[in-house]
Amino acid sequence: MSDMQDYKSSLADTNSRKFETFSYLPPMDAKQIRAQIEYIVSKGWNPSIEHTEPQNAGGSYWYMWKLPMFGETDVDAILAECEACHKAHPKNHVRLLGLDNFAQCAGASMVIFRGQAV
Amino acid sequence: MAKKYDAGVKEYRETYWMPDYTPVETDILACFKVTPQPGVPREEVAAAVAAESSTGTWTTVWTDLLTDLDYYKGRAYAIEDVPGDDTCFYAFVAYPIDLFEEGSVVNVLTSLVGNVFGFKALRALRLEDIRFPVAYVMTCNGPPQGIQVERDIMNKYGRPMLGCTIKPKLGLSAKNYGRACYEGLRGGLDFTKDDENVNSQPFMRWKHRFDFVMEAILKAEAETGERKGHYLNVTAPTSDEMMKRAEYAKEIGAPIIMHDFLTGGLSANTQLAQWCQDNGMLLHIHRAMHAVLDRNPHHGIHFRVLTKVLRLSGGDHLHSGTVVGKLEGDRDATLGWIDIMRDSYVKEDRSRGIFFDQDWGSMPGVIPVASGGIHVWHMPALVSIFGDDSVLQFGGGTLGHPWGNAAGAAANRVAVEACVEARNMGRELEKEGKDILTNAAKHSPELKAAMETWKEIKFEFDTVDKLDVAHK
Repeated sequence: MSDMQDYKSSLADTNSRKFETFSYLPPMDAKQIRAQIEYIVSKGWNPSIEHTEPQNAGGSYWYMWKLPMFGETDVDAILAECEACHKAHPKNHVRLLGLDNFAQCAGASMVIFRGQAV
Repeated sequence: MAKKYDAGVKEYRETYWMPDYTPVETDILACFKVTPQPGVPREEVAAAVAAESSTGTWTTVWTDLLTDLDYYKGRAYAIEDVPGDDTCFYAFVAYPIDLFEEGSVVNVLTSLVGNVFGFKALRALRLEDIRFPVAYVMTCNGPPQGIQVERDIMNKYGRPMLGCTIKPKLGLSAKNYGRACYEGLRGGLDFTKDDENVNSQPFMRWKHRFDFVMEAILKAEAETGERKGHYLNVTAPTSDEMMKRAEYAKEIGAPIIMHDFLTGGLSANTQLAQWCQDNGMLLHIHRAMHAVLDRNPHHGIHFRVLTKVLRLSGGDHLHSGTVVGKLEGDRDATLGWIDIMRDSYVKEDRSRGIFFDQDWGSMPGVIPVASGGIHVWHMPALVSIFGDDSVLQFGGGTLGHPWGNAAGAAANRVAVEACVEARNMGRELEKEGKDILTNAAKHSPELKAAMETWKEIKFEFDTVDKLDVAHK
């Protein structure tokens, strides 16, 4: 038993709260975030930025940051908007979606700035 | 001029062999692999198949003349060699759409795989593919929700979903069973699953199971902040009982239920799928008995046909095989029927065993479920083969983790996310899989332990049901 690790997760420990795709990996660095944005652009999806207080992350609707960036393919421009959203809401989760208007469904959704656990 | 009645036995080919017939776009088309008895000409056998699966019987009857038999009959319109196998040939048959009740795959199958399969002039017969005209597709209800709606309901985007079938298959009490579910879900799975033969046995009645499992889902959701589900198996001895269990699952807030479409039956399945659509429930479909029908290369029904039948009857998930795990499944053939599940238009592609173009119109897709003998080392190949619109389901590969289900679940979740991240960065998963997983395991002791546990397990047996390509 001594080699066995306990699985650390509980209702009381706010660090147990996850937020879907990529939330089981360590936070991404700038280079990794860039690569994921490039992927969204390469798929032809519309980048869209949303944010929320971490305690309200479970709902379908987070706060939209401006409007989806329809047709935007400039990775720097997308990154700049993510950062602007993060700067305006430093305690919130900020996620980037790739909206696939043909499937009418997000093709990608990932939190790229993690808010403070509460 | 009207025909005269002439009693007696005619050769089938006089009526049903029509090599000059060009199928119309509303015809239902079928491709049969026919193994005739020695000495029977191909055209005669093909015509017999067309006759026996449509209007014909062994002798002329006077009532044939009361109708326009030339319109209603099935037409054998082509014959082809089977590559690499001289014992059999392909026969293509066209059926006018009027032969079938709207929205009834039951009726289509009753004709196409009915008496004809026991016909003495055949040594063996296999239904390889059916082309359902879009006019017929649109009369069927199809998947209750479809892939995009499921993603929105479950809030899962940009990655395959993860599941786990609870083991042992039989014998757990409801409370112990719920424990196994809870541990898997809190560790990062999206779904847990009833095994197919878990219905309502004396050791665990369905209602106890539903109640304990729902408690597990709710606690895991509160703990992780993510949406969770468990495929509550409502397969039952009668469809009334099935509906009772489905209603209860809805009442307690379960997002998804499950049915075995072959053993439970297609009428029950279609009924349940329509109910799910009306009630906002997702429907997971298991395929017990499929290998009885689809594994013999010369006799039975190919799985791509069963896949089409299920998509028409209705289901949001369907087990597809894994290619890499413990169960049978040729890679190219599997890729073919995965397309049949998910895509809105599938082109004829003999290299994947697809005999006809298939237009699904606006019918939603079905999510393929890869399940059976898979573990973390298979993850890179699975993400590469199945892509995002899939459920990857690890039973033993979750529950068999040396530290338990939660750790096993976390290992799989870390692995799938690492693979998706790497894929999105343009890395080749099947080549670089080891490196990707090893790197991810640096941050996940659960993944590291899983990789050590299953390092040596492989399932490398040759496939029994291969695609028909020249092997000679």
